[in-house]
Amino acid sequence: MSDLQMTDVVPLVPRARTGVGHVAPLLPLEVSGLRLDVGGAALLDGVDLALAPGGCTVIMGPNGAGKSILLKLLHGLLAPSSGSVSWNALPATQATARQALVFQKPVLLRRSVAANMDFVLKARGADRGRRDALLEDVGLAHKARQPARLLSGGEAQRLALARALATDPEVLFLDEPTASLDPASVLVIERIVGEACARGTRIVFVTHDIGQARRIADEVVFLHRGRVAEHSRATDFFPEPRSQAARDYLAGKIIV
Amino acid sequence: MQSIGEAFRLAFTLVVTGEADLYEIVALSLQVSLSATLLACLVGLPIGALVAVSRFRGRGLVLVVMNALMGLPPVVVGLLVYLYLSRSGPLGFLGLLYTPGAMILAQIILIVPIVAALSRQVLEDLHAEYAEQFRSLCLSRWQSVTTLLWDGRYALLTVGLAGFGRAVAEVGAVIIVGGNIDHATRVMTTAIALETSKGDLPLALALGIVLLVLALGVNAGVQALRMSAARHAMVGASHV
Repeated sequence: MSDLQMTDVVPLVPRARTGVGHVAPLLPLEVSGLRLDVGGAALLDGVDLALAPGGCTVIMGPNGAGKSILLKLLHGLLAPSSGSVSWNALPATQATARQALVFQKPVLLRRSVAANMDFVLKARGADRGRRDALLEDVGLAHKARQPARLLSGGEAQRLALARALATDPEVLFLDEPTASLDPASVLVIERIVGEACARGTRIVFVTHDIGQARRIADEVVFLHRGRVAEHSRATDFFPEPRSQAARDYLAGKIIV
Repeated sequence: MQSIGEAFRLAFTLVVTGEADLYEIVALSLQVSLSATLLACLVGLPIGALVAVSRFRGRGLVLVVMNALMGLPPVVVGLLVYLYLSRSGPLGFLGLLYTPGAMILAQIILIVPIVAALSRQVLEDLHAEYAEQFRSLCLSRWQSVTTLLWDGRYALLTVGLAGFGRAVAEVGAVIIVGGNIDHATRVMTTAIALETSKGDLPLALALGIVLLVLALGVNAGVQALRMSAARHAMVGASHV
C-alpha cells in the first residue's frame, strides 16, 4: 500500500469544507437518463449516476466509452441531448463556477507560469497572494517567471492542476491528467489530487491506468459503449467486478 | 525629362542630403498613417475579437460583409468623408476638411474592416484552443475578448502591419479629403502623384524610395518582435 493511496485517508462520506459558509452544497449530484447524440450516433445513452460528497470517483472504460464526454457533460461544457444533470438542484452556471476541470492536454495561456495563475485567481476573484504557495505546492515556484509554454508535459499538467485548485473548487474533474507522463510526474499529480481530496474537494478522475485507479479510487464508474456498466466501491470493483466488460478490461482483454 | 538613371541619382541625393521638404512630407505621412492605424486597431481589434467569440444568427452574413469591406474603394471612402466633412455636410462644423484630421478619419474607415476581419480570423483560431477552458472558468464575453487580445498580441502585430501598409500606401481618399496642400496635407503618396504629373521624377522617386524603406523597416521590426516572442514561446507555432 502506498502512502499516496487516498482510500487510506479519505472516507467515502460527506466532509466539511471550509469557506463555503451558508452557500448551499454542490453535492449530491443526480444524473438521470443522460444521452448525447452527435451526428446521429449516441455517444452516451441512458446514463444514471449519483455522486455523494467526499472521496474520489474514478471513471474507467475503453477508448470511445464516453468517459471524457461524461466529464464535460457533468461540468456543463456540453449540453445533453436528453436527460438531466442536477447538482443539488443548483443552476447549471452556478454549479460550473464551483468546479474545475483539468484537461488531458493542458490549456495554458501564452504567458508566464505566474501569469497563468494570476489570470485564474483574478477571474475567480480569489486572493492573488495564494499564487506562490500554490506554485510551491506543485514544485513550480522556481519556474514562476518562465513562459508556461516552455514547461515539460509533467510540469504543464502540474501547472494546470495548480490553476484548477486555485479556484478552490468543490468538485475537481480530471480528464486523464497523467496520460503520457513519467512515473515521477504521475506520483506528484496523485499526491496533489490526494491532498485536495483530503481537504474536502470531491474528485472525479478519468484514467485508463488500472494501477492508478487502484491507488486513488474510492469508487469506480465503469463505462462501456456509452453506458454505465458498473458503479461500485473500489473495494468491491477490483476484486469482483460484476459486469463482463469490466472483468475483461481488468483482465487486460481487448474490449470494444 | 531626365533619364531613369539620372532620376535615381538625384533621388538618392535628396534622401541623403536630407532635403527639408522631403522630410516634412515623410513626417506627415507617418503621423497620419500611424495615427490612423493605432485608432483603427483600437476600434477594429475588439470588433474582431467579439465576432470571434460570439455565435449568433446572421454571423455568416456579418463575416461576408466584414471580408467584403476589406476591399473598400479608397476614392469612394474619400468621397463619403468629403461629403460629411464639407461645410454643408453633417460634420462640417468640425472644420476638418483639408486637414490631417480628415485624412486620418478617411484612413481609419479604410483600415478598420481590414483589422477587424483579419483579427477575427487570428483570434477565432486562438479561441478554438481556449474555448473550453474559458467556459470552465465561466469567463464573461468581455473577459474572453480581453484575454484573446492579450494572448494573441504578437499575431495581431501582423494585422496592424497590414492596416499600416494599406494606410501608408493609400492615395485616393487622402487626396480628396486632404487636398494635397503643400506644408499642410501633402503626404508621400499624394506628393508622388503630383511630382510625377509635373515631370519632377527625382522627388517622386526619392519619396518612393523612402516609402519602400519605411515599409521594409516596419515589416522587419515586426518580424523581429514576433521571432523574439516565438523564441520565448509566447506565440503558438501556427501564429509565427
